Order: sequence, then C-alpha cells, then structure tokens
Amino acid sequence: MKLLIKGGRVVDPASGRDEVGDVFVSEGRVVGSFKDKPEKTIDAKGLVVAPGLIDLSARLREPGYEYKATLESEMDAAVAGGVTSLACPPDTEPPLDEPGLVDMLRRRAKALSRARVYPVGALTVKLAGERLTEMSELAEAGCVAFSQANVPITDTQVLWRAMQYAATFGFPVWLRAEDRWLARDGVAHDGEVATRLGLPGIPPFAESIAIASALLLVRATGTRTHFCRLSTAAAVEMIRAAKKEGLPVSCDVGIHHVHLSELDLGYNDSQCRLEPPLRSQRDRDALAAGLADGTIDCAVSDHTPVDEDQKQMPFAEAEPGATGLELLLPLVLKWGAARKLSLAKTLARVTSDAARVLGVTSGRIEAGAPADLVLFDPQQSWRVEPAALRSQGKNTPFLGYELAGRVRTTIVAGNVVYEYR
Amino acid sequence: MAANPQLNANGELQHLLSIEGLPRDILLQILDTAEPFAGVTEREVKKVPLMRGKSVFNLFFEASTRTRTTFEIAAKRLSADVINLNVAVSSQSKGESLLDTVANLSAMQADVFVVRHASSGAPYLIARHVKPHEHVINAGDGRHAHPTQGLLDLYTIRHYKKDFGRLTVAVVGDVLHSRVARSLIHGLTTLGVPEVRVIGPQTLMPAGVEALGVRVFHDMRAGLKDCDVVVMLRLQNERMNGPLLPSAQEFFKNYGLTAEKLALAKADAIVMHPGPMNRGVEIDSPVADGPHSVILPQVTFGIAVRMAVMSIVAGN
Repeated sequence: MKLLIKGGRVVDPASGRDEVGDVFVSEGRVVGSFKDKPEKTIDAKGLVVAPGLIDLSARLREPGYEYKATLESEMDAAVAGGVTSLACPPDTEPPLDEPGLVDMLRRRAKALSRARVYPVGALTVKLAGERLTEMSELAEAGCVAFSQANVPITDTQVLWRAMQYAATFGFPVWLRAEDRWLARDGVAHDGEVATRLGLPGIPPFAESIAIASALLLVRATGTRTHFCRLSTAAAVEMIRAAKKEGLPVSCDVGIHHVHLSELDLGYNDSQCRLEPPLRSQRDRDALAAGLADGTIDCAVSDHTPVDEDQKQMPFAEAEPGATGLELLLPLVLKWGAARKLSLAKTLARVTSDAARVLGVTSGRIEAGAPADLVLFDPQQSWRVEPAALRSQGKNTPFLGYELAGRVRTTIVAGNVVYEYR
Repeated sequence: MAANPQLNANGELQHLLSIEGLPRDILLQILDTAEPFAGVTEREVKKVPLMRGKSVFNLFFEASTRTRTTFEIAAKRLSADVINLNVAVSSQSKGESLLDTVANLSAMQADVFVVRHASSGAPYLIARHVKPHEHVINAGDGRHAHPTQGLLDLYTIRHYKKDFGRLTVAVVGDVLHSRVARSLIHGLTTLGVPEVRVIGPQTLMPAGVEALGVRVFHDMRAGLKDCDVVVMLRLQNERMNGPLLPSAQEFFKNYGLTAEKLALAKADAIVMHPGPMNRGVEIDSPVADGPHSVILPQVTFGIAVRMAVMSIVAGN
C-alpha cells in the first residue's frame, strides 16, 4: 500500500531534520517518493510527523496478570500513546524464562498487529538468581536482551557468570541496579520525606553500590550492559564516568523520575509508590540534566498497570508502578520544553537513541526505514483522567494534570493502527 | 499537594491524623479543652454528656491493649457508645480490604473511627473515604504518627513546665521506628520549644531527622545536659539484637536512663515514657519510680486529652 503523509512538520531525530514536508510510505517502509497516486493521503498540516516512539520498558501483564491488564488493552494504549515498539520486561507470571512463553507472547502480539513487541528474556530461571536461562534458545524465540526486571541477583558469582555467558553470544544484559539487602523492606527514598511520613527508606547507595559492582563486572566481562531506570544523581555520575572510560554501557530513566521527587508523595499518595522510589529534588534534577546531555540514553514509560484495589492501600502496602504508555510522549515533551531543547533532540531519547539500544532499524524517518510513525499535535493539551486512558491501568501520579501533546495518528509498518477519535 | 486533610472548610479539626500540619491554635485548643476533663476524671461521677448518642468505633488493625483502653474510657466518660473491633483477627484475616471494612462499619452509623494500623498513612486513606459527618482519629500508624500520644505528652509538659518558650526537651532512644517521637517533635516545634534534641545511635536515627527541627546527639551525657524534659522511647524486643543494635545490655549502657545520667539534666527535670516500659533496657527502675518520673500522670492526662480530641472533632 502507498501512503502519503502530506504537509506535516517532519522531525527526524536521527538526522536532525526538522522541516515542513511530505513523507512517502510504500510496502511498509519509508521511501524517497513515488510517482503514482497514493492509495491513502493523510493531511498532516499543523502536526508533527516523527518516528514512532520506542519504549524500552512497558509491562503488558501477560502472561499471568490478565486481571491487571491484557495484551489487547495495553497494545491499544501503546499506539494511542504513539508508541510503535516496546520492550517488555520478563516479570510476568511465569517469568519469560522459556522459549515457548516468549514465542506465544510474540505471536499474540503480532496477531493484534499494533505495536511491535520485543520481549526481554529472564537472565535466570524464574528470576530466582540461581540458574542461567537458555539464552540462545530464548534469543531465537525473539528475546532481544536479558534482564532480572526488578529482582536483583544477590549472588555476585551468578551475576558474573550470567554476564560472561551473555557476552559469549553477544547478548545485551539489562540491569536495574539495586542492592537487595540495602533496599530490603524499603518503600520510599530514605530522606526527609520518608522520615516525616514514617516510611521505611531505600538509601540512594542501594543503587550506586549495585552499579559499582556491575560496572566492575562489565569491565571484567565486556558484556554490553544497559542500566535500567536510574534514580539517583550518583548513578548518573557513575555512568558518565563509565562511558568516558569506554565501557559498553547505556542507560535509561523512567519518565516519572524526570518530573517528580519524594515531595510528590504528599500525604502518602500511593500513586507515587514506584520502583525505584522517587528520590530527592537534587536527584531528579541530575536525571533531567543527564537525559539532556546524553549520559542517559533514553526515557522509558516503565508502564506498569496496577488495578485500583492494589493502589487503594496504605503507601507501603500498595503495589508499585504507574501506567505510562500514554503519558510518555507528553511527559517527554514537557521535559524537553523545560530544558529548552529542540524537538528533534527531545524526541531522540524516545526514538533514535532507543532504537540504538534495542538494535533495531526503526526510530528514524529515512528511505528504507520501517514506516513506524506518529503524527501528533504538540500544542493540543488533554486532561489525564481514567476515561482518557486506554490502558487498563488508571494508576498515575499525573491524574488531573493537563499535558500538552496529543497523538492524532499512529502508523506501524505503513498501516494506520490508531486515529484520534 | 492536596489541601490539609485534617481540617474542614472552616479550618476546624475534622480528623486527627498527625500533629504535623496542625496550626498552633488547634493544638492549644485541644490542650485547653483537656484541662477541665482532667477534673472530670477525678470526680466521683466521671461522666459528661457531650457525646451522648454518638458511636465511637475502635478500629485496631494492630494489637494494642493500653491505647485502646484509654480511648474506650475517654469515649465512655463522654457518654458515647463504644464498639471495640479487633480487626487484626477478624475481617482482615479473611481477606477483606481495609476500605471494605471501613465501608461496612460506616454503614453501621459510626461517628468517630479510632484507627490503629501497622502501615504508615493508613488513617489518611480511611479519612479520604469516610462520609462527611464521620471523623477519623489516628491511634498510631506504622512509624508515622501517634498524635494523641504526642498531645498527652505536650499536656504533661505544659502541666509541669507551664511555658513552652524556654524549654530544652530530649527524646531518647529508637527514634527511627517511633511514631511517638515524630508526633511529639512536631508538637514541640509548633508550640515554640527552642531546643528539641534527639539522642541515640546512628542506627536508630531516621535519615535527615534534623529537617524536623531537632539537634542530634549520639552521646547521651552531652544530650541530657541542662534538659528540662527527658522523654524515653520504648525499644521493641525484636530490635534489641540484630543489625541495628548488638544487645539490650549494651543499649542500656549507652542510652539507658540512670540516676547518674539524669543528674546532668536540670534539677527539676521531668522524665516521661509513653509505655510500656522496658525496665533495665531504656530506663532504670529507680528513675522510672523516682521523683522526676511523671510516667503515671501521663496515663491519666492521656484520658483527658483523648476526651478533648473526641469531643472537638465530634462537635465540628
């Protein structure tokens, strides 16, 4: 099918292109142009035409947690948020530690033909941190990387061996670095706010100690390692130094942590119960700055749909996480605007940079690239409320906020998969 | 941040959830209201009709005998009907959610819920979901707050020391896990106590505790010097040996209150303890029973203060 997207402001972060123009799509790919009459024309006047967003952390809750969300609901949410590719962490039930599970998830996702799904396989069996998974088999089934999700490996011997084994085959390892002992029982940043609210704290060095260990193992093993969802200023500094040293590392930050801090807990707002916890304003500022200067490669939604009953609980008992697929674009735009970044640079963190980490050819608008595109109105604002969200998870600290950036059309492989109203 | 959940549209006390965030006037209103009630508790007929026909539900998700009993006595002396629910062993163990439990009790026409819960912030959650005429009083939530204990401590201090404006008050022991300490510290700073100290090892101090407006001492002798009021905190058994402390004996050696250490405080210093005491762990018996101790009067004042709180919220 031939598709013409006419007269939009075309922003391609990979090349820095930002100009009004047309985008031609043929056979699921972007092409330079075509002579014949397009089968479909989309008038993009007044809209931004950008590569579809690539979200490196989105929980779809299948298999196992269908009561929290289903693949259908969350894939709807993804395309409504302009997300055309997403990586899902392995903390499903059972975890993604067997090729059969991964294969089924890929098939189910593919049958829905919305966003592309890239499963991240479990690094250890049942995420228990004891036995390695069959990484080669899992990679054949479609896993793009291996991770422990939010369950750190405590046995450093196992972590070392897992990294060695992954490096043998060139598989990337994704780690959310947290020292399990230091984080034990904690539910909030160990600081002034947790002290006032009487919440058990997680000290910032629970993260930096784990990153320090992991970086030494990266140096020893050469494993391509992606650090997920940094939360502290110290972590940003350590990754900056590691990159300078030339270690094969990258990292991301959850978009909530770029905007919110411990102060947003207010009177024990369970919507702000996140993993890792929201930290101090200083940490938040360092994350926002690190994302701007490229120390942090990507922003992710860390989409985690939680049912209302699990949030209507005292803070410490509430299930952690926030819905995020539909908020990623507006929150990234808000961050870019606050830091006075160009639109291309702003979007790079959720498109071309994420594509580089994921090792895929999408995330750019150039001849030959997959036609995964989002058309959005950067000025149109909308109110975050349950009815406005397609995700089954309505849990977000941003409930009631007015956010600018409304997705109008989402295209995956040249097919329109979402249109606003 | 949302509006102060403790106050109604007129700025009056709707719920008592925490001393933090309450204006000075309301704290003083509670203390002043408690004064005549302290007299009631000494009369032969210990009852006033202020809450006749009202129902007070004691909702204890965490076991407690002492606090529940004092709330029960306070409510009965106000002529309210009291219903004690030991939720820890009933509906919660059957899997009912916190809010469902509250909704069910609310359907039984409650006026005041007295809530104790092991999780910090639970009373806030309940307060957000009760009907406008219902009031929530926090009887202790996790490590967060125990406002009626804080208020009775303030009442006791005012009773013996009259003026808050010149005092030095030391809070000693396990500040990390103590809701009593947090509530008292907020009350003392709100009422203008110029020096509030916390004394204990680093392992029992919460992060950034200075931000509450206190001076931190790790040396008990230095911390007690010239104090007017010494508040000892209870050390829970399970914390006496492990990663926080090596033993009860060593804790007592460093942070237990003995007559010798108390001598460093002012000659007329008072010694307080929220109970129940661990004699020989945080406090030596001769001090607990000695002339400086006001630990038993605290219990008596506690009833008057809880009467004051219940009558004020029920009247708003």
